[in-house]
Amino acid sequence: MSERLQTLLEDAFPGARDVEVVDRTGGGDHFHVTVVSARFAGLSLLDQHRLVYDALAEPLADGTIHELRITTRGDA
Amino acid sequence: MSDLSNRIQETIDAEPVVAFIKGTHEQCMCGNSERALQALRSVGTSFTAVDVLPDPAIRQELSAVSSWPTIPQVFVRGQLIGGADIIEELAQNGELERTLEEKLGPDYRGAAPERVVTVT
Repeated sequence: MSERLQTLLEDAFPGARDVEVVDRTGGGDHFHVTVVSARFAGLSLLDQHRLVYDALAEPLADGTIHELRITTRGDA
Repeated sequence: MSDLSNRIQETIDAEPVVAFIKGTHEQCMCGNSERALQALRSVGTSFTAVDVLPDPAIRQELSAVSSWPTIPQVFVRGQLIGGADIIEELAQNGELERTLEEKLGPDYRGAAPERVVTVT
């Protein structure tokens, strides 16, 4: 499941300096994702996280992701 | 808009700081909700909690109102500030205090006790 999230994020943030997906519990439904991308430059944290939610809309909607932690950084 | 949606919007508009969480401020049922409340407490603000667990429709309608898919959600003076990760980060880097002072005034700390309201 981590691989699916990794792929979705890499597709949504092409050229991102870092995309990391951690399965926090090993159960395949509690994740911490980290994205470092130039696309976040100038965006509020709210808008940065919205972009991540958009990228993961499908696994969020179908219940695959039970809990999601997000860390975003601009590629400064 | 549905009655429930209206009540959610009214609560967001009426409460200076409102946190939609799983559980209550005294018995929080979710790690992320607890993280958000701890972050709010760390900057000395009171808040009003709304438990989304009694009815799944609360969560659905809230996300429709806010365009934010997950719980918790923290609003200050009617504006979505963020979920647990954002609130935690803003508390740590000092921006949460600045936002609260800007929107609620310098005396925002300890203005009222923490409490719970229901929207159903």
